[in-house]
Amino acid sequence: MTQARNIGIAVVAAVLLLVLSSKLDSYRQYQLAQVAAMVIAVAGLTVLIGVSGQISIGHGAFMFVGGYTTAMLLMHLNWNLALVIVASAVVAGVAGAIMGIAAARLRGPYLAGATLMLAVALPAVAYQWQSVFGGDQGLNFVVNAPGFLGQNFQLTEWQAWVCCICAVIVMLLLANVLHSRVGRNWRALRDNDTAASLAGLNVGVLRVRAFIVSAACAGVAGALLGMTMLNVTPGAFTLALSIQLLTAVVLGGLGSLAGAVWGGIILVLVPPFLTDFAASHGLSSASASVPVVGYGLVLIVVMLAFPTGIQGAIRRLLGPVEPAAAAQVSAMARRWPLLRKPAAKPATTDGTDDISSIGVDEGRN
Amino acid sequence: MQEFVEFTLGGISDGVIYAAIGLSLVLIWRGTRVLNYAQGGMAMFTSYIALVIIDAGGSYWLGFVVALATGLVLGAVLERAVVRPTIGKPPLNAVIVTIGLLILIEGVAGIIFGSRNRSFPTPFSIVGAKIGTFDLGPGASPSAFFAAGAVLAAAVLLALLFRYTSVGLRMRASAFSGTVAQLMGVRVGRITTLGWALAGLIGALAGMLVTPQTFLYPNSMDSIFVLGFTAAVIGGLDSPVGAIVGGLILGVLLNYVTGYVGSNLPELAGLALLILVLMFRPSGLFASTATRQV
Repeated sequence: MTQARNIGIAVVAAVLLLVLSSKLDSYRQYQLAQVAAMVIAVAGLTVLIGVSGQISIGHGAFMFVGGYTTAMLLMHLNWNLALVIVASAVVAGVAGAIMGIAAARLRGPYLAGATLMLAVALPAVAYQWQSVFGGDQGLNFVVNAPGFLGQNFQLTEWQAWVCCICAVIVMLLLANVLHSRVGRNWRALRDNDTAASLAGLNVGVLRVRAFIVSAACAGVAGALLGMTMLNVTPGAFTLALSIQLLTAVVLGGLGSLAGAVWGGIILVLVPPFLTDFAASHGLSSASASVPVVGYGLVLIVVMLAFPTGIQGAIRRLLGPVEPAAAAQVSAMARRWPLLRKPAAKPATTDGTDDISSIGVDEGRN
Repeated sequence: MQEFVEFTLGGISDGVIYAAIGLSLVLIWRGTRVLNYAQGGMAMFTSYIALVIIDAGGSYWLGFVVALATGLVLGAVLERAVVRPTIGKPPLNAVIVTIGLLILIEGVAGIIFGSRNRSFPTPFSIVGAKIGTFDLGPGASPSAFFAAGAVLAAAVLLALLFRYTSVGLRMRASAFSGTVAQLMGVRVGRITTLGWALAGLIGALAGMLVTPQTFLYPNSMDSIFVLGFTAAVIGGLDSPVGAIVGGLILGVLLNYVTGYVGSNLPELAGLALLILVLMFRPSGLFASTATRQV
């Protein structure tokens, strides 16, 4: 049921995005591709932080892995683009597994510290082995739109297509994972890991699994980002990128895939908007710093005034029902049938016969 | 042999800076269970204040004192204004707010002071001492001795404050249990602000000591902050001694790696050290307790 609905949403979203990308000029197509790539990375991170309850301040490192995997496969082996993107996800997932295993016992600030150091340390690899990774200049490669689209088909539109389709597929997969047993187990882990392990869940394995899924998403995002820019450099995957991802997760709405879309849009579109704003108000000399100030202010204000982010605010506006909470209750009911009766109560329509029917249906053994 | 001595001394003189940043993070962590990601940004800002005073004709020491005082005030103001409302909320809120502060401070510094690199004066020579023909390197310069002495003095003063004064006792009580301390009549809110103020001061000190080596620009403290954070995590965020030991270990290791292996590898070595320590001690080397509230 949910799956059918999700697939429906995904198909509609894909068609809309493809139509949209054909209407845009090439700069906007480039931005659309970047938004799609960022949405994937933010969605992966929101699953890790918001659903499995582990923090990462170093997800730019996994994007770095994905981006460089893509560049090297395209340069040296000339693989098919779809295969390259999958391979980038796999390599980044392996990196995530290693980090996840190392970090499985860590929590809170210790995990934050380890991932922070990862984000700082990994780009140094590109400087150390210059002959392989190209040092400061990075790696340049070529991507062509496939021939059947015609000679005049713009590369930026093709890039936007690839990124949007990948984003839709990844979001669909993530939505399904979150509705599955794995997603439920992650939420149990997040809410109380001691209780989760007492209930028979293998906490360590679940933590590592969340890291793998999340890192694979970041790998796809890094691959797509490299593919839109046609090069990868260590300067594109700095600590600043990792921190931006984290802030986008929170601004969008922690743990919400829809929030990840907001987060990705903010990351790509807001800084140029603020720069234009600064330039048009005669602040050009300091215009490089104005978006920085604006971004910092937005983060502080949003966190203090709307701690649930954009998606949380939208949910509050749209009605009193909180989908996340309701889903949590039904997930609990599925896992622990003993809880079904109290959990089912709010779901039933108000009517006198409901109370009696519950008693009849469930019985008292 | 000469190289080894040079790298070791250089490592110690870098390490005291990481230790100072780590110490400031530990002070805040113990009091509020918040990690202040803006600590490096605050230190950058206070260093700019000092530079403005020195450029305007003031002496280095006037700039030094004003920078430390600014750090003290900045820590207290930021705690009251933006960090206090996040206490009692999910820990991620405080993380995001302090990251927002960092971005804000760096942006404001870029607008006020510009983003070009500025050189920064030292009060003492940076030429290393020699024993006969044996060159000890810049790690043994008067400037490095001053840095080590200043951080050591700050650490000792803090230890004395914690151990022998009434304020220190109240700070320890608040860190141990805020509720119990409050029931005993401690104004925990004020103690928290004081902790942030002292951390701001120590951070400002670290900024003054390290900036001559890094130049001054809005992001100049970022990498120093990351290493200071790493030092605090290695030592265990609860332990001031741990932060200092962690800082020294990290500084010396990074200098060996830079000197003997390759200049691009210190960050990777830092990551390896961090992962290695945390694999065996998930709460750092000097963590006071292994228990965890559930």
